[in-house]
Amino acid sequence: MTQFLQTLFDGVTVGCLYALIALGYTMVYGILKFINFAHSDVFALGVWMSITIAAWLGVGAADQPAPAWYMGALVLLGTMAFCGFVGFVIERVAYKPLRKAPRLNVLITAIGVSLLLQNIGQQKFAFGPYPKSMPKLLEGGALFTIADVQVRTSDVAVIGTALALMAALQFLIYRTKLGSAMRAVSFNTRNASLMGINVDRVISFTFVVGTMLAAAAGFLYGLKYEGQAKQTADSMWVMLGLKAFVAAVVGGIGNVRGAVLGGLLIGLIEFFGVAYVSSQFRDAYVFAILIVVLLFKPEGVLGRATVEKV
Amino acid sequence: MKPLTEQSRTMSPAAWTVLPRMAWPLLAGLGIAILMQFAVGPSVSGFTSQIMLIAGINIIMAVSLTVVNGFTGQFSMGHAGFMAVGGYVAATLTYYGSIKMFGTADFAGGTISWTGSGENPGSIVGKGDYLFVISCLVGGVVSAIAGYVVGLPSLRLRGDYLAIVTLGFGEIVRVLLQGTNPQIQPWKAQEAAEVPFYKLATMLGGPMGFNLLPTYTTLFWVYLFVVLTLIVCYRLKSSSSGRAFLSIREDEIASQAMGVDVTKYKVRAFVLASFFAGVAGGLYAMSIGAINAGDLGFQKSFDIIIMVVLGGMGSISGATVAAVVLTILPEFLRDPPPVWPLGLAFLVAVVLAQAVRKHWNIRTLAGIAVGTAILEGARLYCVSRGIDIASFRLILYALLLIAMMLLRPQGLLGVREVWELFGHRRPNPNPSPDPKPDAAPPSKGTSKATGNPTSKGGAS
Amino acid sequence: MSTSPAVLDVDGIAISFGGLKAVQGFSLKIPPRGLYGLIGPNGAGKTTCFNLLTGVYQPDSGAVRLEGVNLVGNKPHLIAAAGLSRTFQNIRLFGELSVLDNVKLGCHLRGRHTLAGTILRTAAYTGQERAITDRSMELLRIFGLDGRAQEQARNLPYGDQRRLEIARALATEPRVLLLDEPAAGMNPQEKIELRGLIRQIRDRFNLAILLIEHDMGVVMNLCEHITVLNFGQVIAAGTPETVQNDPKVVEAYLGTE
Repeated sequence: MTQFLQTLFDGVTVGCLYALIALGYTMVYGILKFINFAHSDVFALGVWMSITIAAWLGVGAADQPAPAWYMGALVLLGTMAFCGFVGFVIERVAYKPLRKAPRLNVLITAIGVSLLLQNIGQQKFAFGPYPKSMPKLLEGGALFTIADVQVRTSDVAVIGTALALMAALQFLIYRTKLGSAMRAVSFNTRNASLMGINVDRVISFTFVVGTMLAAAAGFLYGLKYEGQAKQTADSMWVMLGLKAFVAAVVGGIGNVRGAVLGGLLIGLIEFFGVAYVSSQFRDAYVFAILIVVLLFKPEGVLGRATVEKV
Repeated sequence: MKPLTEQSRTMSPAAWTVLPRMAWPLLAGLGIAILMQFAVGPSVSGFTSQIMLIAGINIIMAVSLTVVNGFTGQFSMGHAGFMAVGGYVAATLTYYGSIKMFGTADFAGGTISWTGSGENPGSIVGKGDYLFVISCLVGGVVSAIAGYVVGLPSLRLRGDYLAIVTLGFGEIVRVLLQGTNPQIQPWKAQEAAEVPFYKLATMLGGPMGFNLLPTYTTLFWVYLFVVLTLIVCYRLKSSSSGRAFLSIREDEIASQAMGVDVTKYKVRAFVLASFFAGVAGGLYAMSIGAINAGDLGFQKSFDIIIMVVLGGMGSISGATVAAVVLTILPEFLRDPPPVWPLGLAFLVAVVLAQAVRKHWNIRTLAGIAVGTAILEGARLYCVSRGIDIASFRLILYALLLIAMMLLRPQGLLGVREVWELFGHRRPNPNPSPDPKPDAAPPSKGTSKATGNPTSKGGAS
Repeated sequence: MSTSPAVLDVDGIAISFGGLKAVQGFSLKIPPRGLYGLIGPNGAGKTTCFNLLTGVYQPDSGAVRLEGVNLVGNKPHLIAAAGLSRTFQNIRLFGELSVLDNVKLGCHLRGRHTLAGTILRTAAYTGQERAITDRSMELLRIFGLDGRAQEQARNLPYGDQRRLEIARALATEPRVLLLDEPAAGMNPQEKIELRGLIRQIRDRFNLAILLIEHDMGVVMNLCEHITVLNFGQVIAAGTPETVQNDPKVVEAYLGTE
């Protein structure tokens, strides 16, 4: 029972991270109809920026200038701002000129951007080729224990921040004017522009929001796995990004609530698979799920089937 | 008009007249392979011939991926996964097969695959060679079956899902292979001979890789398969099946409406590409005598995608050239031979000019000169400051990929081949033996049609 | 075969997208060598009908019989093989391929294509390839495109692209040809030529033709029978004269006062 609850809790925590990344995939797909392959690298960039900013602010040093939550918020905002800017540049330089190009070309460009981010990140002038770990921001150990389930401070921070961001996104999309413009563009780009919506600006904005969510996920990832050193170039980043993508597909790509649902689902499947079946093939479960979903319900759990116009 | 089947029969040439056309590829393949092995190989350094070996394997990979990504316009991102499948199968068969059949995992080939390790066998072809070639082919077949299993469900879906599924497939293959049991080392061959084969097939070294394989892959074998791959893919491209592939890429809906079974052709392309990737995997494993799934992850798949995209989506010669250039480029950047630097800069400038400009004039030439100067200047600067350009290679590739999609999305050559660049019109591939006069066919057709209105068959 | 009065028999096909009943109860019988027209205001469901006939969409109900064989439920390529071929409203040529290759692709359907034959270039393969080239050139000659056989299809002028699409559809050896706005984008002179061409095709290839057209000059001159669609329903059908004088048709096109 304890193992079950612990697995459930861990699955939800990691599921929240997947959900945050999946939101970026799904938002970009909803509006531009392509898989932003570089999204996982933006996530990795988020991890690395958090490490860099935290180190720069003196987090974890003996003379840490402010309380942990304050420093944490600062690192989070700094990371989101930086990655948001990078996202803006990527969209303007690489994707905007290809609005009318075949999707394949955009996908290849995205692969190019992905390789670029990866390889620049490894250079000495950027983050360097050596593994680093996140400075200690929060106290380790369990914050409290319910029914023998250990709840760590970092887990609370991850779930809390993720839920807050998702709520903010929900508000942005369904309660603001900009949000309705985003929905309009996603529904029909041409008609939206006829209605006087500045499509380019909305696309840029959507892209930046998606990127910032990935950056936040990067920060939270750094927070959760504080002690572990992370490599700049590692297939781990791509795997994490891919799982988040699978989450977006499972939930129904283009559907914001579906992404959250998919993220949680993938997190749970992964952790239950590891806990109850075998830990050796943890990456295989997620793709097995992807293939099953694509075969039986390709539009995803909450997605709607589309008909191609001839 | 008569039904096509009937007309085809009347126009078929006598069987003996097409024999040369059927046979020359094999002869050409053998000729080039022999030339490579006995003329080119001995005259270059061991390092150069190693590079040539890798270049050949990359050609097979790039050209086979062209069939999927270029011809049918699908997008596979797990090509290295198929290479891993084929490579491990071939390695298993060769290594444990040697142990089972010859009692030892040592090299047992002839001069044709002798790489200088061990004793010169004397005979041209040894018993090990048969095992090796059959292993590679079986590796290809298993890889093709894997391609079928992965392709059939996902090819029904939209293109970008295939990209993700194949990427996922590649990673799953890697994870599974890295989870295999330790291999039985060559010095324990006696022990291995006792173990049944299906158990041996799970002892592939896991994360350490599958090592100490007998090395059979020589320039001969690599270039034999290179030529065969090139000819098969080119003949496919310039055939009716090739037109079906290209039509799917151009417009899937129109292609279906014209009666092309789109799913079948996509799967065919996928299976064929997987086969060659599997063979390339076998050649790769037995060239360095080791194969490690960790080296055949998505990074390797991306390397091949870059070759295909740069060469031109659908151009076999483009992919070949790109594979060769991208294989030797890092070596050139690391250690430029004395004559080459300026020439290389010049070549790159010419290629860029060809990519960007449509017509050649004095401004293009000036651009090439300036481009050459800038590239060479940058190189000299890097050399003087002690910056290793080769370490920026991947950044360069990434930028090239993005720039390519922005400026020339079809790749350098597009769907054309190198020899089609010169002259705007392609030559008629099959000129009619005796062109009929313009007026004759319509009258004949009309009279036939009006004569017996319901006699026309052909439709089922 | 000759006992069947209709080569294409469409019996009450219907489809809805979400709540929208795009086509309901569409029926039509085309006799052999018939030259039929399908007209209606924009958005009336004409192209949707074509998509239903050719299997791009699956009808919710109804049947489509070609020479007595029901086509409903088959994939588009099987319907093409059964003898129903089409052109597209928004031209869908294979732009990168040559003009000749576009028509050759149309011949693909009737050939046998084995991997071994393709790779080894056997006698059977060579013969078939020659036959395909031969008949493709002949088709191009009929449409006056033989001089541009080696050009890329996307470089052709608009009118030529429309004609090439018809040639490609004919290469599949159809029994019934569906033309979706063949005259769109053509100048008056080309339209007149097109009329002659369509008649010539019908006679020469001995097939039935159903065409969607907005140009009334073309439709009224060419078609023996016209079906009018509005909001997915057939509102009138008959000879050009009856249709022209039908008050419902006038209303659909001009609206009510």
